[in-house]
Amino acid sequence: MRLIENGKPVEDRFVRVSDDEALPEGAAVLIGIERFLKDAEALRERPAPVGVIWPNSRPIAEIEPYLGRIALIALNFPSFRDGRAYSQARLLRERLGWTGPLRAVGNVLRDQFLLMQRSGFDQIEVSKAADADAFDEAVHRYTVFYQPATDRRPSLLRQRLGRSAPGVGE
Amino acid sequence: MYVYDEFDRAFLAERVAEFRDQVARRLSGALSEDEFKPLRLMNGVYLQLHAYMLRVAIPYGTLSSDQLRRLAYVARTYDRGYGHFTTRQNIQFNWIKLEDLPDAMAALAEVGVHGIQTSGNCIRNVTTDQWAGATPQEFDDPRIWAEILRQYSTLHPEFTYLPRKFKIAITAAPKDRAATKVHDVGLRLHRNEAGELGFEVLVGGGLGRTPFVGKSVRAFLPARHLLSYIEAIMRVYNQYGRRDNIYKARIKILVHEIGAEAFAKAVEAEWEAIRDGALHLSDEIIADIRSRFLYPDFTPRADPPAALVAALEDPAFADWHRNSVHPHKVPGYAIVTVSLKAIGAPPGDATADQMDVVAALADDFGWREIRVGHEQNLCLPNVAQEDLPAIWRRLEAAGLATPNVNHISDIIACPGLDYCALANARAIPVAQEIAKRFKDLDRSRAIGRLHVNISGCINACGHHHVGHIGILGVEKNGQEFYQITLGGRADEHAQLGTLLGPAVSYEQVPGLIEDVVDTYMELRADPQELFIDTVARLGVEPFKERVYAAH
Amino acid sequence: MASPQQQKLKVNGPVAVTANRLTDGAVVWRTAQEGWSPNLADAVIVTTADQAIALLASAQKRDTDAVGAYVAPVVIEADGAIAPGNLRERIRVAGPTFELPH
Repeated sequence: MRLIENGKPVEDRFVRVSDDEALPEGAAVLIGIERFLKDAEALRERPAPVGVIWPNSRPIAEIEPYLGRIALIALNFPSFRDGRAYSQARLLRERLGWTGPLRAVGNVLRDQFLLMQRSGFDQIEVSKAADADAFDEAVHRYTVFYQPATDRRPSLLRQRLGRSAPGVGE
Repeated sequence: MYVYDEFDRAFLAERVAEFRDQVARRLSGALSEDEFKPLRLMNGVYLQLHAYMLRVAIPYGTLSSDQLRRLAYVARTYDRGYGHFTTRQNIQFNWIKLEDLPDAMAALAEVGVHGIQTSGNCIRNVTTDQWAGATPQEFDDPRIWAEILRQYSTLHPEFTYLPRKFKIAITAAPKDRAATKVHDVGLRLHRNEAGELGFEVLVGGGLGRTPFVGKSVRAFLPARHLLSYIEAIMRVYNQYGRRDNIYKARIKILVHEIGAEAFAKAVEAEWEAIRDGALHLSDEIIADIRSRFLYPDFTPRADPPAALVAALEDPAFADWHRNSVHPHKVPGYAIVTVSLKAIGAPPGDATADQMDVVAALADDFGWREIRVGHEQNLCLPNVAQEDLPAIWRRLEAAGLATPNVNHISDIIACPGLDYCALANARAIPVAQEIAKRFKDLDRSRAIGRLHVNISGCINACGHHHVGHIGILGVEKNGQEFYQITLGGRADEHAQLGTLLGPAVSYEQVPGLIEDVVDTYMELRADPQELFIDTVARLGVEPFKERVYAAH
Repeated sequence: MASPQQQKLKVNGPVAVTANRLTDGAVVWRTAQEGWSPNLADAVIVTTADQAIALLASAQKRDTDAVGAYVAPVVIEADGAIAPGNLRERIRVAGPTFELPH
């Protein structure tokens, strides 16, 4: 696994801890939602940062009460063909106002990097090393973006305004 | 015509470069087939029985003559000299090689044609009325709105990995030629009492193994909200559509399971949050897209012109004229349907030479514009009536003037087991044999409008559920069998056909269809009562009794 | 529908393993040399489910030559020639059953 943040390879400072493991003292941890909800009170007292892996099957709006206590949100791609996390990411950014780190985890491949970036992910946990090396190329493959998304690039419909249509008046 | 600008051209070039890289990675083994498959599908590339197949989009069914000529070039250079027009305003090439595909796509991209999102679990090619912009019946040119949706849906970051494919169709005429009621989303453009333009929104229609007619979730959506409303629908579907079972993943199942009302409520709630955001279509944006559609400079002419009246003395021309020519919004002009249903030929196929003939006709007589309809025929939407005799002669010489549009031999058929990796039974030879049985023009004219739709499997690419006569191929113990339904229709009164009786063998189908037609001829109230109306009046029972007594 | 790849393996007669060649999609058959041939005559023929499963597993080891491998029925004719065992396979070998447009 290689972690890329805002386009740059970085060390992962979060330790992923499964539901039955003890939390390592003083370390930033990334845990599942069940544990997060069960231990909510204890975690509140913990001095080190806590990140949450939010499942695809739970409406993302339910995370809202906890946003102030979370240092990282990870959304899962169980298969690269399962696109639920794209909607969750956009809602987190655009509806719930989440400005903290948002990580794509799971079956994360090069051909989806741009979609993830446009949907608001700033951290991408890459499955294949070769894909991580090709990150820059993959996200700069296109210069044209037709629709508005979380990245706030202007849609082509707006970008075109004020330019004359081709063929008109020729 | 909508004219692509430098943005569209840059995008297509980038897409071809990306696909070229993906093909190279696949051939080198860096991408496994499992990883590559969704990527090739999103570029319209399937692996069929004998070869790869490339499906190319014809957005809202509109082609320029240069684009059609380029399709002919691709057919000749990279395929076997022909292409197959589909029921969703696409064309398919059946024999293309993976290693040639990047070059073929680059050749298409040069004229603004591509296979993007013609497959895969994304928003597919948006389809509409092939008479758009030419028919006197419509409230607005639906292609304006289809183009806005094309742009919106192209490589949408959020909706490229939906639970399943997603098909949108638009009609702007009360007479629905786009089968909007059997699409994931059907949009019916009309004006409200205040004269404002907007859409009735239907959701959850579709064919396949669980067919449904779409349900209206909104009677009137002001046109400026089109994109935000579609985004709301897509977002609800992307999160809550089923992903546990491929056969239950279409939006129609979600709508059916939670109910149209609950679904509409979820959509409206989502829409409230985004309706005035970045997707709002200002008058300026709409006017800009509108300005990119160039229309012929029509000058009203004599209707009918003397040359046409004289030509109609020729019975062969008069037959074709009566069958293939439709009223245009401007006096003295006409819409011409070009039949791709020559008796005994594969329905919807056109050779490269035929494509060139139609492209040349569009250049000479039709402002360089060609249309493709879901009935798998072509159309010259804007021709002067005085040119009809010359057009007919050239179509006739190319085998493109069979006067059977909307007749029983104008059959919709999927590729079936002769090409398709999913099929259970053949469809094309069944269509060919039925067409031969009804090749007598007097007989077929006496029968009148009758749509026969044939699918080679339950996926229903031949839209058999909505054929006046529907034929579905199934497999039993290694043999081909066919189920017959009657009374389906795809228009504004869309409904699913009713099963006639037990499935029959491949050899029995043409005779059974003849019996069904003979029964109709006897039972119809008068020669004006269409087949579909007789079935509606009497149900399938009288047909069943007669047909199965004979077999 | 249920393509041959999705079906449960039932072997009641001679079968071969077939696939499509990666580069051009052409129909190919698994050979005794663990390669692929466009000629059905070169195919390895097996007659039991265990043999078929083993042959398929070996064919699926790499997907850079051929893709979508599955077990297909064949018939051995009186002269020993191998022929496709059902309509689908006959069409894959001989092409569509009608005259192609030209």
